[in-house]
Amino acid sequence: MSKELIRLRDLTMEFDGERILDGINLYINDHEFLTLLGPSGCGKTTTLRIIGGFLTPTAGTVIFDGECINEVPPYKRQINTVFQRYALFPHLNVFDNIAFGLRVAKKPKEEIEQRVNHMLEVVSLKGYGHRNVSSLSGGQQQRVAIARALVNEPKVLLLDEPLGALDLRLRKDMQNELKRIQQATGITFVYVTHDQEEALSMSDTVVVMDKGRIQQIGKPEDIYNEPKNAFVADFIGESNILDGIMLADYKVKFFGRTFTCVDAGFEPNEPVDVVIRPEDIDIVDPKEGHLVGTVTGITFKGLNYDIIVEFKGFKWLIQTTDFHPVGAEIGIRLNPEDIHIMQKSEYSGMFGDYSSYSAEYDELTEDAGDGEE
Amino acid sequence: MGKNKSVLLSVPYILWMVAFTLIPLCVVGYYALTDPDTGAFTLDNIRDLGMYLPVLGQSVMYSLISAALCLLLGYPVAYYIAHRTPVMQKILYMLVMLPMCMSFLLRTLAWVGLLQDTGIINNFLEWIGIGRIQLIRTPGAVVLGMVYNYLPYMILPLYATLVKIDNRLIEAAEDLGCNSLQTFGKVVLPLSVPGIFSGITMVFVPAVSTFYISQKLGGTDTVLIGDLIERLFKQGDNPNLGAVLSLVLMALVLICTGIMNRLGGDEEGGVIL
Repeated sequence: MSKELIRLRDLTMEFDGERILDGINLYINDHEFLTLLGPSGCGKTTTLRIIGGFLTPTAGTVIFDGECINEVPPYKRQINTVFQRYALFPHLNVFDNIAFGLRVAKKPKEEIEQRVNHMLEVVSLKGYGHRNVSSLSGGQQQRVAIARALVNEPKVLLLDEPLGALDLRLRKDMQNELKRIQQATGITFVYVTHDQEEALSMSDTVVVMDKGRIQQIGKPEDIYNEPKNAFVADFIGESNILDGIMLADYKVKFFGRTFTCVDAGFEPNEPVDVVIRPEDIDIVDPKEGHLVGTVTGITFKGLNYDIIVEFKGFKWLIQTTDFHPVGAEIGIRLNPEDIHIMQKSEYSGMFGDYSSYSAEYDELTEDAGDGEE
Repeated sequence: MGKNKSVLLSVPYILWMVAFTLIPLCVVGYYALTDPDTGAFTLDNIRDLGMYLPVLGQSVMYSLISAALCLLLGYPVAYYIAHRTPVMQKILYMLVMLPMCMSFLLRTLAWVGLLQDTGIINNFLEWIGIGRIQLIRTPGAVVLGMVYNYLPYMILPLYATLVKIDNRLIEAAEDLGCNSLQTFGKVVLPLSVPGIFSGITMVFVPAVSTFYISQKLGGTDTVLIGDLIERLFKQGDNPNLGAVLSLVLMALVLICTGIMNRLGGDEEGGVIL
């Protein structure tokens, strides 16, 4: 593990009495690709802006390389930012935009020339130096913005939803590009996004945020496989979330049936949230199933079908490559490793119910769904 | 069909322009090229123009000095307004506009009252023991009158440009190592160039053709081209020469706005005259 570079300690931010950040504690290692992930308004951009120096926290400290930098203005920080929607200087051409930071730092002319040209190659914009920035496409502007920040060789690069304005295809390309640049340069990336797929595929560490608080920190696999609460389970991928009771270690009861699971360490008979990922569920003949349900909806997704299956009045989302018509009766089997147990949280009961998928069924939609938007 | 209709809609304006702009302009042109006594075609008026070049030069100089002073005074004000809250911006904008709600003549006359030899300022200076000084009928008074009257024309376009500068560009500059002075010099100032040129044009054009300010606040040595034209026409001296000077002034204004529009970029900054 490389050494710690940034630490946020008890960070709190308030605007007009409204609490945007509520006790953020986080450390970021050197050379790490860390992503702040969450829905809009969760405080991820605010956290980034505090690290960049554009906001001063109401309380708490930002420590950079062992020193508190709360009072250090942005221009004195060894940090550069790729802004949302790029913020390129419209009065300068591509070359001058990228050279901006080096010129401010009064680097010699030859060095500026050499470093900017090298950067243009890194972001595949060789020969574009004299172009007007407004004549570039969104993806090209994005790459200029990245080059403009990277050319200064900062210790940390902050990226605020840098791919948000690009179309899907370009996003995928740029994701690979960014990951490649990060690995090649070894610069620490702090990346803000609301796109969970982007976060999972690019990051070393994902920080899931909601309501100004960190919900979970971990490697992408851990966040996906072992979500800490219903919010994380729902926000990262699709999840069926059920009420269960932890009878004992490795024994959980839901839907009136006891299942074997791989989780332990709960109180006997503790109420828990049970997460079952739609892609983990095996569909079998009704006679062999742990549970038997009826298909109430089906959507073709390309790679698979999303089917909605009703079990005793509760609707699940199941992903399968086989076609099951509406009205068909199917059985499912759950392996111990498919069942994830979470402690009850303030988010319990707010997520993980797919009743709203179906038009004719609305008894359960009352408590489901409100937390989602 | 639709095309014909839109032509019809513009007919009143075209008639108006022909009757009150195009025809008078032709009359001015006619006067410029005829002899005051005989009415015969002549280029003498244009030849006599040389005599009045110093006056023309003086007008341009006074207007440029006024425009420069307006820029120096107006830029900080515009910058200040552009960085207030939206509500505060509206209030300050109204305050800048306020003097324009009052008659231009009245405002200039008020300065006469302040500056004249027995005026308020001189009375005050006498009272505190400094003694009366020459304020009115000086070049300084003329420039003061111009700056005072035309300052809002500088502030408003500057404000309009400054308020549109994306705050993230300023943050980007800070992020890339600029302190606030460098941010201003490298980002804010270059991006406000259209507003600067627009403001200079808005001040220069009315200032170069004014006659009232120089008549009321100036002395015998601050005759401007506007004064001269007025005198040539009104006192019946030589309307033909006046016509030539009018055309020269018009050409000057057109050239200036042309240059300013070119320099200021053809985006919004462009002047509405």
